[in-house]
Amino acid sequence: MEKLTDDQFAVQAVGLGKRFGGATGPWALRHCDFAVPTGRICGVMGPNGAGKSTLFALAAMLCAPSEGELRLFGSPLTPDGRGDGDGLRARIGFAAQDKPLYRSFTVADTLRMGRELNPSWNQALAERVLRLAELKQDAKVGSLSGGQRSRLALALAIGKQPELLLLDEPLADLDPLVRHDLLGVLLSDAADRGTTVLISSHTLTELEEVVDHVLLLHSGRVRLAGGVDELLDAHRLVSGPADLERPPGEAVEWRVTGRRATGLLHHPDPAPPPAPWTQERPRLDELLLAHLRGAAAGHAQNADTGAPTTDRPSPVTSEAAS
Amino acid sequence: MIEYRLDRRSGVPTYQQIVQQTEQALRLGVLRPGDKLPTAREVVELTAVNPNTVLKAYRELERAGLVAPRPGLGTFVLRSLARPEAAEDGPLRAELTAWVDRARGAGLDREDVAALVASVLDQRFATGLRPGPAPDATG
Repeated sequence: MEKLTDDQFAVQAVGLGKRFGGATGPWALRHCDFAVPTGRICGVMGPNGAGKSTLFALAAMLCAPSEGELRLFGSPLTPDGRGDGDGLRARIGFAAQDKPLYRSFTVADTLRMGRELNPSWNQALAERVLRLAELKQDAKVGSLSGGQRSRLALALAIGKQPELLLLDEPLADLDPLVRHDLLGVLLSDAADRGTTVLISSHTLTELEEVVDHVLLLHSGRVRLAGGVDELLDAHRLVSGPADLERPPGEAVEWRVTGRRATGLLHHPDPAPPPAPWTQERPRLDELLLAHLRGAAAGHAQNADTGAPTTDRPSPVTSEAAS
Repeated sequence: MIEYRLDRRSGVPTYQQIVQQTEQALRLGVLRPGDKLPTAREVVELTAVNPNTVLKAYRELERAGLVAPRPGLGTFVLRSLARPEAAEDGPLRAELTAWVDRARGAGLDREDVAALVASVLDQRFATGLRPGPAPDATG
């Protein structure tokens, strides 16, 4: 665990947990262990209520962990909420899911606020994010549509030029063309400056070409974490006759339909299984869906989610050797 | 400058699409030795794919000896894949054109011709098959 304090990780969680509503409240996140190396574009995926927004609120230092530890660039954010808060806030940009902005400000006021509050502000970059939405500078924030407000909130977070960019469902109310342009601006800027990006979506396919790292959450637990290529390499979609013995490997999901059996195997044999078995490398959305279905099945069998350790699902992680 | 068109539904990994489209441009002479590939940043901005995907494709092209990075300047084409034998005014193309005209004259439509060509290609380029000596090799 000591070697995890390395500064080459932008975000690390060690036994991280967060509960709301006091000592008896439900856990929104629990037993989370993962590490995101700096410079990665990390997709935070999972169904609604998985704990994605709680994780963003913790990383943005809007609330403190209830147990365990969250470290940003190697500095721990402790349960008392202190840590190295002030120094870290300057290095983080956050666009929350509900896009909080001052309604009575104009678009120009909001950009000026970004400029005055952030020494590293890049006006041209913020305006590039905005121009894609063709926003009038003198329009009041309160009069903007949901999609336009999203753009303004993203312009604030991206214009700050942070080292760690936290984007909670940034694409949810944007049209497809604007999504594509925004991702283009975001990724090219991240490529230039080596920004680490945590970006969430409950639409699994949306970020398939965008992310090179994933963190899959389900019911407040980490189900899958690691580099996309490493995770895909470690899994195979296998299909064959149902009456044959299953090829070796840990079954993330296994289904029998009539005479056919299909499933996703983790750590299969390096050699492909003999005919009539067929196997292929999964796509990212297939990998995530299989793990989510596997998690949901385990969850249903073990409905008592409050128990601290007994129902703990075994997460699949692959730390990139960097 | 080449512009990549990436198809998310094709099932071909994105970095391979970049490799294949670059090779295709080298074959057709759209890219020539000394030409500059777009920077990873330019590709990323247009296509909204992860920068590492583009870099992975460029590394593969580099390993194949087709391109080379010049630090601070970009990635440049080293050699072409265009074959003089396949050129616009080459004899092979003229023979093929004449053959396609004959096939059309015999009543085959575009799909029939494509299927016939694909079938012969599969047969003649099957692993292990080598072209036999040319009939007039001794004459």
